[in-house]
Amino acid sequence: MKLSKTLLATSALTVAAAGAYAAGHGMADSMTLVSWGGAYQASQQSAYVEPYIANNAGVTATWDESSAEAVAKLRAMNEAGNITWDLVDVVAADAIRLCDEGLALEVDHDELLAAAPDGTSASDDFGDLIVSDCFIPQIVYSTTFGYRTDMVPAGVEPPSDICSVFDLETYPGKRALEKRPINNMEWALLCDGVAKEDVYDVLETDEGQDQALAKLDTIKDQVIWWNAGADTPQLLADGEVFMGSTYNGRLFSAIVEQGQPIGMMWDAQVFDLDGWIIPAGLSDDRLARVNDFVNFATDTQRLADQAKFISYGPARASSAPMVSQHATLGIDMAPHMPTDPNNATNTFLYNYEFWADYRDDIDAKFQAWLAQ
Amino acid sequence: MSDAATEPDKITGATPDRADNGPVLSADGTPLKRSLNRALRAQKIRALALIAPLLLFVLVSFIAPIGDMLFRSVENQIVRDTMPRTVEALADYDAAAGGVPRDEVFEAAYYDVFFAAERKDHTRLGSRLNYEQTGASSLFRKSGRGIDDIGEVYQDQFEDLNGDWDEARPWAELMGDPDWIAEQEGWDGDGRMPAFELRSEIAEILPRTAETYSIFARFMQREEGDSPLEEEPWSVVHTALYQDLAAGDVSSYSGPRADMLRAADELVASPDFKTISFRDGFEEIDEDWVAPEIWQTIKTYSPAYTSGYFLNSIDMQKTPEGPALRDEDERIYGLLFQRTMFMSLVITLSCILLGYPIAYLLSNLPSSKANLLMILVLLPFWTSLLVRTSAWKVMLQQQGVINDTLVWLGLVADDARLTMINNQFGTIVAMTHILLPFMILPMYSVMSTIPPSYVRAAKSLGATNWTTFWRVYFPQSVPGIGAGSILVFILSIGYYITPEIVGGTSGIFISNRIAYHISSSLNWGLAAALGTILLVVVLVLYWAYDRIVGIDNVKLGG
Repeated sequence: MKLSKTLLATSALTVAAAGAYAAGHGMADSMTLVSWGGAYQASQQSAYVEPYIANNAGVTATWDESSAEAVAKLRAMNEAGNITWDLVDVVAADAIRLCDEGLALEVDHDELLAAAPDGTSASDDFGDLIVSDCFIPQIVYSTTFGYRTDMVPAGVEPPSDICSVFDLETYPGKRALEKRPINNMEWALLCDGVAKEDVYDVLETDEGQDQALAKLDTIKDQVIWWNAGADTPQLLADGEVFMGSTYNGRLFSAIVEQGQPIGMMWDAQVFDLDGWIIPAGLSDDRLARVNDFVNFATDTQRLADQAKFISYGPARASSAPMVSQHATLGIDMAPHMPTDPNNATNTFLYNYEFWADYRDDIDAKFQAWLAQ
Repeated sequence: MSDAATEPDKITGATPDRADNGPVLSADGTPLKRSLNRALRAQKIRALALIAPLLLFVLVSFIAPIGDMLFRSVENQIVRDTMPRTVEALADYDAAAGGVPRDEVFEAAYYDVFFAAERKDHTRLGSRLNYEQTGASSLFRKSGRGIDDIGEVYQDQFEDLNGDWDEARPWAELMGDPDWIAEQEGWDGDGRMPAFELRSEIAEILPRTAETYSIFARFMQREEGDSPLEEEPWSVVHTALYQDLAAGDVSSYSGPRADMLRAADELVASPDFKTISFRDGFEEIDEDWVAPEIWQTIKTYSPAYTSGYFLNSIDMQKTPEGPALRDEDERIYGLLFQRTMFMSLVITLSCILLGYPIAYLLSNLPSSKANLLMILVLLPFWTSLLVRTSAWKVMLQQQGVINDTLVWLGLVADDARLTMINNQFGTIVAMTHILLPFMILPMYSVMSTIPPSYVRAAKSLGATNWTTFWRVYFPQSVPGIGAGSILVFILSIGYYITPEIVGGTSGIFISNRIAYHISSSLNWGLAAALGTILLVVVLVLYWAYDRIVGIDNVKLGG
């Protein structure tokens, strides 16, 4: 028994060393991947799932479009003791929560993930973007504003400053904002004279929260609140709102792929991260398969490939120079990346620690304010 | 059961079968009562067996999960389970008076947080307490990372004295039973590891160390699958050793590693030995630990069951002084409950107003036309809810069909288009449309059984159309209205998707907050409490309806 185990381990190592990951011993031959659906999931499918399956004959990958409810569903699965997912795509804040709840597996990034082509270790290549021990970053996206170019009042410059959101005199019209305090509170304080570096110190206090809500109050009756990222592009396309916040990739497809008269206002865009987590409690063979897939799917080339399909920045520093043209439209993707120097002159990074603490409290206030 | 049924053989007097005054016998000689009972019982069992699959299904898939979910509204074992020593040490802490607890509490908290951090439970408790006190989440996350610093003060000094103090084997020899060590060494990697056993006298000499080392050894065996013979102990064991050496005397000890232990005892007794109080250690991790709030919160939420979630769901909160109303700018649930009730009533009423004429028409038209109309009623019923709701969005929005038409007709100025969506009006319109079939169908099935001859009779007796309708027809259709109203009302107070999409800020229901707490904030306790309140409200309304109208007056058909 011991001998056979040793043999098995040795042969597995040999196989791994030879680079022939396919049909590795003790690896499950199917995976259930969870993602957001739409263009984003399609980019993942094209950039790494299809190449992976091409390299590993006999492996099948099934998608489940449940990322939006991933936290609650994983908790329910965990309580039922039946984890049906193998790899889950979540935003970083959710990854932190899943890690806190013990629902996601803590990983050793250097051991699990491939090093950059120049030999930089994975943890250095991803750098600060590894915001939790459970989180395997994929992309950097941003929440930013788009506006209808044809609804800019005559004789006025198109909006290029975040505070034009709060300037109803120069830029009349409705705005679309997300129905949650995160980001909105920060923007409100920025435009109420608070310095960028002080925003979270101010937001920690009751007075600061009231200040932010008071600023939002000035535009409250002109706001349509959205729940899903697809709402804002739709509202902009219908002419229901003059400007609205959403994820930059959604605006990219509305502008470039659908040709809508929408302009980007990158000012004070808020960077956020999206990536994988591995659910805790997978069996050994499934875990082995997932580890193998993640290693492949988050290497430098694969993350750079993903940017051919969607305008989100790859999370590896080493992938950035390899970002090229859109796969079907043939346009340069770099100017559409939130991380492009021209777009990133004034940016904000989502403050995970702060919102993990204050989310419940400020959300209660925000919802009470909304309901008034 | 009435007496007459159970004691038939008490009847006295002569009957043909009772000549001997004994019990009535059936054909096979057993007493008739028993044989009747047996037949009845068999019947009951058969009936039960027939419904058993359904009953079981309902119990397992419906009642049990709902019960389990509702039970979460009071459940609060997590504090007690994660920090048992702290909860015990806090027993005499006066939360209302505030202040920082005594040092024993910090000691208890040190051990609790350390073990919780090893089990990775501390962040879960942090998230739980963060619902009650902002900042608890990061406090516990930070403490999990920093708790090692306290023990390392001792670990480093013992290690400097003798490197064996940071080795696995010497520790195992000191703490473990020799038989267990032999078994563990002989273990070949198959099956279960021989469970760790303490040396017999060690617990008397080093009580704290023995306890913490056992926890360490068992954790290694069970959770990590590692042999304690090969794993150096956690720094918490060194802390415990320091405490034992400072408190007791080890000169009587003569087992293995006695010299090593004595040397350590001398080191601890020497004036150079560095110590750190648990309180200072916690203060170094985060100053919030020496503020009263976190201790008040832990104390307030230490019982295994709490009313906290229910208080939260009626805009109150648990404070050390007892339940108190929340700040005005944080109250939301009372408003939402009221709004849910009010809007559900409006929706029910508008369904009655719109549905009654249609149901009347349906039941009085010739069947060919009625069938066509019925299809028109049912067609939207078969369409996806999301499609219908989104369609209303297209209809009602400011650049939508209705506004465009009104502007084209010149009834509304282009810059003053009506706001008909993302508010209560939009929600009421969309939900009335969606729930209308639930009103029409019961009404129709009741109305179609009202004999037309009654109406003709009333008219032939000289009643006007109105009197005929109001005095003869309407009272007979009331059971249909009742059934439809109950259906529509109960469906609408639990509605979630439509208000979410078209409700804006003024049209959202309590169920939207429940959904938020289930899927976003993960505060399932609060969601369960809100759900329980909603369920109780429905039951109370149902009871009131029964008292006022009478549930027998509700008909879904015939």
